[in-house]
Amino acid sequence: MNRHLISAADLSRDDALLILDTAEELSRVADQSVKKLPTLRGRTVVNLFFEDSTRTRISFEAAAKRLSADVINFSAKGSSVSKGESLKDTALTLEAMGADGVVIRHGASGAPHRLAQWVRGSVVNAGDGTHEHPTQALLDAFTMRRRLGNLEGRRVTIVGDVLHSRVARSNVLLLATLGAQVTLVAPPTLFPVAIGTWPCEISYDLDAVLPKSDVVMMLRVQQERMNAAYFPTVREYSRRYGLDAERMARLPDDAIVMHPGPMNRGVEIAAEVADSVRSTIVEQVANGVSARMAVLYLLLGGSEPAIGKEVSA
Amino acid sequence: MTAYLIRDARVLGGEPTGILVRDGVIAAVGANLDGGDAEVVDATGLIALPGLVDLHTHLREPGREDAETVESGTKAAAMGGFTAVHAMANTDPVADTAGVVEQVWRLGREAGYCDVHPVGAVTNGIRGETLAELGAMADSAARVRVFSDDGHCVSDAVIMRRALEYVKAFDGVVAQHAQEPRLTEGAQMNEGEMSAALGMTGWPAVAEEAIIARDVLLTEHVGSRLHVCHVSTAGSVEIIRWAKSKGIQVTAEVTPHHLLLNDTRAGSYDPIFKVNPPLRTPDDVTALRHALADGTIDCVATDHAPHPVEAKETEWAVAAMGMIGLETALHVVQEAMIETDLLDWAGVADRMAYAPARIGRLSGQGRPIEAGAPANITLYDPSPRRAVDPAAMTSKSRNTPFAGLSLPGRVVATFLRGRPTVLEGKLQ
Ligand SMILES: [Zn+2]
Repeated sequence: MNRHLISAADLSRDDALLILDTAEELSRVADQSVKKLPTLRGRTVVNLFFEDSTRTRISFEAAAKRLSADVINFSAKGSSVSKGESLKDTALTLEAMGADGVVIRHGASGAPHRLAQWVRGSVVNAGDGTHEHPTQALLDAFTMRRRLGNLEGRRVTIVGDVLHSRVARSNVLLLATLGAQVTLVAPPTLFPVAIGTWPCEISYDLDAVLPKSDVVMMLRVQQERMNAAYFPTVREYSRRYGLDAERMARLPDDAIVMHPGPMNRGVEIAAEVADSVRSTIVEQVANGVSARMAVLYLLLGGSEPAIGKEVSA
Repeated sequence: MTAYLIRDARVLGGEPTGILVRDGVIAAVGANLDGGDAEVVDATGLIALPGLVDLHTHLREPGREDAETVESGTKAAAMGGFTAVHAMANTDPVADTAGVVEQVWRLGREAGYCDVHPVGAVTNGIRGETLAELGAMADSAARVRVFSDDGHCVSDAVIMRRALEYVKAFDGVVAQHAQEPRLTEGAQMNEGEMSAALGMTGWPAVAEEAIIARDVLLTEHVGSRLHVCHVSTAGSVEIIRWAKSKGIQVTAEVTPHHLLLNDTRAGSYDPIFKVNPPLRTPDDVTALRHALADGTIDCVATDHAPHPVEAKETEWAVAAMGMIGLETALHVVQEAMIETDLLDWAGVADRMAYAPARIGRLSGQGRPIEAGAPANITLYDPSPRRAVDPAAMTSKSRNTPFAGLSLPGRVVATFLRGRPTVLEGKLQ
C-alpha cells in the first residue's frame, strides 16, 4: 500500500479489500464498553482543516483517538493560515511538530499532493476541492458490503453534481476497483466533458436506471450551482433528479439509498426517503469512523496488531 | 568598434563559411575572408542563425522587479540567442501611455543586451473598456507597432473592431490573447480527460477558438491586421488556416511549451505547469508542430513569464500562471521541430527571427545573414544535450517547466549589431 491515501486510484483491489476487512474488525471496538485500542499510542495525527467540515473532522478525530493516537486539530480559521501563511510553511510547521500522519481537508484540488511533497508523514486526503474524498468512498463501500455482501457485479447508481463532486470521483474509482458496475446520473451540465473516459456508465434518465440499481447514492446539490445555469430551477432539478417516495418504489426490494451528507431534504432527497428503512445515512456516519480507523492503522503502521489488546488504563 | 571574423560557421545549417562583422554590420560572408585585425571567433561545428526575435516577453518592469527587470530579462534573452524582444504591456503601471512605453524602451537601451520593443496596451489599464492612446504610443520614441492586452482578452467585439481599424493608420497590429472570459471563469487547466480526473475547472479549447473565429472575421471586415498570441489548440490552427486561405491578414505564434508539453503534466498538481492558455492534449501538440512547420503558425514566441518562487510553491489553484522561456526556447524548438524533421535550420530562422520581425515591423532585426545586414547573429551548437537546470538561469526567476528535462543545444554566442552580448556561452 502507498504511504499516503490521496486518491482512491492509489488503492489496488487487495489494498481496498484489506482496508475494508480491517474496518470490519475494528468496528467491533465500537461495540465494546472501552472503545479504545493501544495500536497508535505515541503517534501524532494532525487534522489540518482548511475548510469547515465538522462531521469529517470529528470522524477522523474519533478514529485516531480510538487507536490511542495523539490528535492535534489545526483549523485554518483564525490561525496563521488565514493570515496568508502558505501551505508550504504550514507543512514545515507540521514537520517540526513531528506529525506521523496528516489528515488534510482543503478547498483546492490537489492540495494533499502538494502537502505530500513537503512532509515526511503519511498524508490522508479528507476531501480536496472538487477532486477526491477517498475515505468517503471507503466508508460507502464498507456500508454497501455490510448491507449487500460482495460488491462484485453490484449495480451502483450515483445521482447528482458529478462535475464538482469529490465523492463521485472517489466512488467511481474505488467501486470500479472492487468490481461494481457504476452508473452516474445527472443533467448533462453536471458531467465533466470527458466523462466517457471514466470506468462507468452514464445516464440522464434517473427513472430508467432505478429499477436496475442495488444502490442509489444521492449527491448534495451545492447552493452555488443553483445560480450558475447548471439547471433552470431547484424545483426542476428536484423533479427530474430528486429521489422521492414514488421513485424509491421503483427500486428492487433489497436496494439501499445512500447520501454522503449533509442532505438538502426536499431537493435531492425527500425526507421520507432519507428516513426510510432503505436509507443507510445514519450507518454511514458510524461506518466512517471504522473506515478511517482502518486507514490510519494501515498507513501509520501500528506496531501492535489492530485487534487483541484493550487499553488497560 | 571591434571587428569579428566568425570562422567556419554553418549559416542556417549550410556548408561552413566565414562571416566578417565590422562596425555593427555584416561586412562580408564567404570562404577565405581577410579579416585584417578582426578578432577571430572559431565557429567550427556551430550553426549561425539570425539573432532571434521574440514577439511575446514579460519583462515585469515596471512593477514586479522582484520577478524580472528589463536588465535581467534582456540578459536572459541574450543567453537564449535573442537580439530583440517585445515587452508585454501588462506591467504596473500598464504600458498604456507614451510615457510608460518610452520608459521601458529606454531601460532596454541602457541595459544594452537586446533590443526592447514595448508592446502597447490596446485598452486603458488592459481593462477592455476604452482604447488607450495607440497613436501616441506609435509616435513615441518607442515606435510601438504591436498592441496587446495580453493576459486579458479584448473580449468586447466593438472595442476589438475599433482597435483593429485604428491601428491601420500606422501599420500596427493587434495581438490578441484569445480567451472568451465567461467560458473560462476560474479555469485552471485544459478542459478534457485530465481536468475531469483531477477535479479542476476546465479551460475549454472553444474559449480560444471562438475568439479567434470572431477576430479573423472582424479583421477581414475592416481590412486590418491581426496577430494571435500563443495558439494552443488544433481547432485554432484550423480556423487560422482557413482565414489565411481567404487572404485575411492574420498571423499567429506558438510557444515552446505548447510545442513540447501536454496536459498530463498537471497530474502532479505542480503549478510549475500552470500557464495561460493551458497545456493542451498530445493531439494539440502534434497539430501545433505541423502548423508551425507548414507556416499556418508564423512564428515561435516565448511568452516568457517570470514569477517569484513563492508564487509557484503553492497549491495549484492559487499559483500564478506562466513559465519562463527565453533561455530554453531554441533548445525546445530544436527538440520539437528539428529532431523530428519538421523544420530545418532555415525554417527555424524564419519562425524565430524573420517572421516575428516582419510581424512587429522591425527594420533592423530578422534579416538574413548577408553582407550589408545589421550584424545580429546567434551561434548555436546543436550537438550537446543536457538537463535543464533552473538554478543556472540568467533570468531572475526559476519557474521553468523544463527543469530536469534533457534538451539539445547550446547558445555559444549572440551578437547584437556586431557587439557580442554572449561569447563562449557567457554573458558579456
Ligand atoms: Zn497571453
